[in-house]
Amino acid sequence: MLKIDQATYDAIVAHAKRDHPVEACGVVAGPLGSDRPARFVEMVNAAGSPTFYEYDSTDLLELYKEMDDRDEEPVVIYHSHTATEAYPSVTDINLAGEPGAHYVLVSTREHGNNEGPVEFRSYRIVDGEVTEEPVEVVAATNTEENR
Amino acid sequence: MAIEVKIPTILRTYTGGEKAVNAEGATLSALIDSLEADNPGIKDRLIDVKDSGPDLRRFVNIYINDEDVRFLGSLEAPLSDGDQVVILPAVAGGAR
Repeated sequence: MLKIDQATYDAIVAHAKRDHPVEACGVVAGPLGSDRPARFVEMVNAAGSPTFYEYDSTDLLELYKEMDDRDEEPVVIYHSHTATEAYPSVTDINLAGEPGAHYVLVSTREHGNNEGPVEFRSYRIVDGEVTEEPVEVVAATNTEENR
Repeated sequence: MAIEVKIPTILRTYTGGEKAVNAEGATLSALIDSLEADNPGIKDRLIDVKDSGPDLRRFVNIYINDEDVRFLGSLEAPLSDGDQVVILPAVAGGAR
């Protein structure tokens, strides 16, 4: 199960809506081993495409060095699909490189840049196998009480 | 000549869980052969052998001292003692 706080959930949805029809992408880093998405990081889609996303290679290195320095790992790796459902494509499955991460997909096909609900779903992708998991949105995960 | 190579999570199955290993070589190509000697199977995850010859896999990024090797001659990129090498899988995907 993915447990994510409301503010981070909202930030992912807002990013997906803002970048529509281009795919939006980013990560939510968290302390190593915590499984707690804590630090929201928007990434630039270097492909700038409505059907593909890729982090710029320099940005990618910066991100991983920063996480390393902070003893973090990518807890959530998110991106949007802008014309199809929020389910991992064959490309998503083949390129999934973080077996420990929650892969979040948001679909903006319904309302695009406008207000309105989006599909927000989470998956584990390990060795080419996709497992959907429930998403629980909580008020906050960053406080001691909620750890 | 020892060069430290940082290994991403997904490739640690080849390094017995190690996050960083030592390897050697005067070029990236030689370094990868040295990695393969100690960690069998890892080379195939980094290099794709096409009709035109071996090349770095499209969705693997390797950096030497923070510079993407694609700007340094790719597999021919030169290495010296003390260089820092980082391997990262691309974060990519999409609906297509």
